Amino acid sequence: MDNMLNIKINNIPCTVPYGTTILEAARSIGIEVPTLCFLKDMNEIGACRFCVAEVKGARSLVAACVYPIEREGTEIFLNTEKIRASRKKTLELILSTHERKCLSCIRSGSCELQKLCHEYGIEDEGVFDGFKPHYELDTSAAHMVRDNNKCILCRRCVAACKNQDISVIGANARGIDTNIGCAYELPLGNTSCVSCGQCIVACPTGALYEKDCTRDVFAAIADPSKYVVVQAAPSIRATLGECFDMAPGTDVTGKLFAALRRLGFDKVYDTNFGADLTIMEEANELVDRVKNGGVLPMITSCSPGWIKYCEHYYPDQLAHLSSCKSPQQMQGAIIKTYIAEKNGIDPKNIVSVSVMPCTAKKFEIGRDDQNASGYADVDYVLTTRELGRMIKTAGIRFTELPDENPDAPLGQGTGAAVIFGATGGVMEAALRTAAEVITGKELENVEFTDVRGMAGVKEASYDLAGLTVKVAVASGTKNAKILMDKVRAGTADYTFIEIMCCPGGCINGGGQPTQPASVRNFTDLKALRAAALYENDKSRPHRKSHESEDIKQVYAEFLGEPNSHKAHELLHTTYVARPMFKK
Amino acid sequence: MLKKISQIPFSDTPEQAKKLDAIIAECAGDESQLMHVMQVAQDIYGYLPFEVQKKIADGMNVPLEKVYGVATFYAQFALSPKGKYAISVCLGTACYVKGSQGVLDELCTQLGIGAEECTADGKFSLSACRCIGACGLAPVMTVNDDVYGKISASDVKGILAKYA
Repeated sequence: MDNMLNIKINNIPCTVPYGTTILEAARSIGIEVPTLCFLKDMNEIGACRFCVAEVKGARSLVAACVYPIEREGTEIFLNTEKIRASRKKTLELILSTHERKCLSCIRSGSCELQKLCHEYGIEDEGVFDGFKPHYELDTSAAHMVRDNNKCILCRRCVAACKNQDISVIGANARGIDTNIGCAYELPLGNTSCVSCGQCIVACPTGALYEKDCTRDVFAAIADPSKYVVVQAAPSIRATLGECFDMAPGTDVTGKLFAALRRLGFDKVYDTNFGADLTIMEEANELVDRVKNGGVLPMITSCSPGWIKYCEHYYPDQLAHLSSCKSPQQMQGAIIKTYIAEKNGIDPKNIVSVSVMPCTAKKFEIGRDDQNASGYADVDYVLTTRELGRMIKTAGIRFTELPDENPDAPLGQGTGAAVIFGATGGVMEAALRTAAEVITGKELENVEFTDVRGMAGVKEASYDLAGLTVKVAVASGTKNAKILMDKVRAGTADYTFIEIMCCPGGCINGGGQPTQPASVRNFTDLKALRAAALYENDKSRPHRKSHESEDIKQVYAEFLGEPNSHKAHELLHTTYVARPMFKK
Repeated sequence: MLKKISQIPFSDTPEQAKKLDAIIAECAGDESQLMHVMQVAQDIYGYLPFEVQKKIADGMNVPLEKVYGVATFYAQFALSPKGKYAISVCLGTACYVKGSQGVLDELCTQLGIGAEECTADGKFSLSACRCIGACGLAPVMTVNDDVYGKISASDVKGILAKYA
């Protein structure tokens, strides 16, 4: 039934494919139907009743987000008094149990509920005030806070968690007591939550947010006894602009480093260096495993959410994980050892800050064995959102900044490092280096396009000087499960697997700028942001990690060679089995 | 009302475990049978403790949070065990206007537990119910099958003493 239907929306004739929802049909003729609970392909439950529409002949108002148009001549009305009254009442009822501390709310200005209240002219937010349940904040997880007093029960976080096949949160109890929480009222930190933060970017209000460390970072910068060093992850350059209303997919590399310098950091570095270093260590570890009968397939270890997932869900498969620390931690280790030594600074006085697309990074810095210098490799992790807030607090007019470069020697990353931020990027970067290590010849084409794109699971096979290398890439833990079940069953005949915790990779990380449903439902954010990274890769003089001058320098002056004893001490780590629940 | 989670340590008999395993094995692979399995489990144990919910979740291959979500949504599922003596106080209209809330409050004080809870020694559990059809005796409470009518808070101590 893929025929076209002639319909009318607000008396405007239009033609839409059979089965199109009212929401999509309206958008196609420039009418926005406001939504609260609806997230395309993720939370299509028609529960909040905010998007109501009138359909001629229908008994009552219908939910535009999920109502399929299946009849020729359907007449839909989206701008009637009945609809405006219904939507306004829905908002008033939501507000009756909502903690209305908008001025001090982290989402003030980006809250979807606040925006709708403004658009629908709410005059009295307390008109239906009555019993209001009170919830304690859940601060048990390392990376985030749940404040159910601001929850509107839209279930978007529950859907995001289910989309990751984790489902540690859900709706508990019923009626006025209904609340989003974990089984047996366990605090989130006692569950198998992997810290991906996908729930946070799905939340329309201020009920979920990262643990903020902007005040700590401002304080460190203001402390003259501290040498405050910052690194920014590859994907930040493709997303930070969104905090300043720039179009998704705008590459703001130069402004990012200019802003960090203006915030007052003593040194401004690019995690691209850490990514290149990861490739040097990981590609050589892979070659070693292949040559010497090590555990295969080897699986990447850059994504701390993925690592935590593996430790909870596949504790029997940890030997497959590369022993490499993540780029963030490698760079942190180098900052407090090599850079400290080179500049004659006591690592005790270095405050190592990172800007990450990721909430799991906040968990990662507290793991065991992440203190190569004797002090934490990284002291504070800022999400992209937190950096955006710091820039605003500091009065820096981001869009007007000039382009600046990061500081040497941890600043000149390669194209291989930049693409770490998208699914398939680590694999491609590793292949660029492994291919040259194995064949001893220069690659003619550095682009391994088979592993690119937003498919959940990707496979490819390459012939490198007679050695067949079969690889697989998965992003999102739901897809990781598909590969890991094969690994556990012994049927995964791959040499190397890349897994990123978040769907689409870091560009879609839980620490990235939030976008409202009105954008998320109609824009392929992941593809736009990833495209910015691949364009950035193309523009770089060096596109293979082993060609980086900084990398060569650090190995020559400090580390020796990849997988050397010193490299192992500073840049590699171990993993632990974690229980599903702690009662 | 939010359900009370029992802090009493879980224990079961091999027969109970065998019955639970059997119903899970019978229904595994069909998520739509989740509630049925939970109902049978409650018949076996009298309530749904963490250990039982975990076993159901693992066996049915559904997240524990889903099992817990169902258990807390439906009134038929209990998270606290029934005591050796299950006390029920009627809060139906007639009993309520005759002061049964005071009886319930006194029971809570005497037993040191709230409604829908069980004493740590497993002896008494307390619940509030709606009309039991004995309005002529209001206010009414029951201890297992024994019915006590026209009572007041001051009678509570004496009634409990009979089961000491």
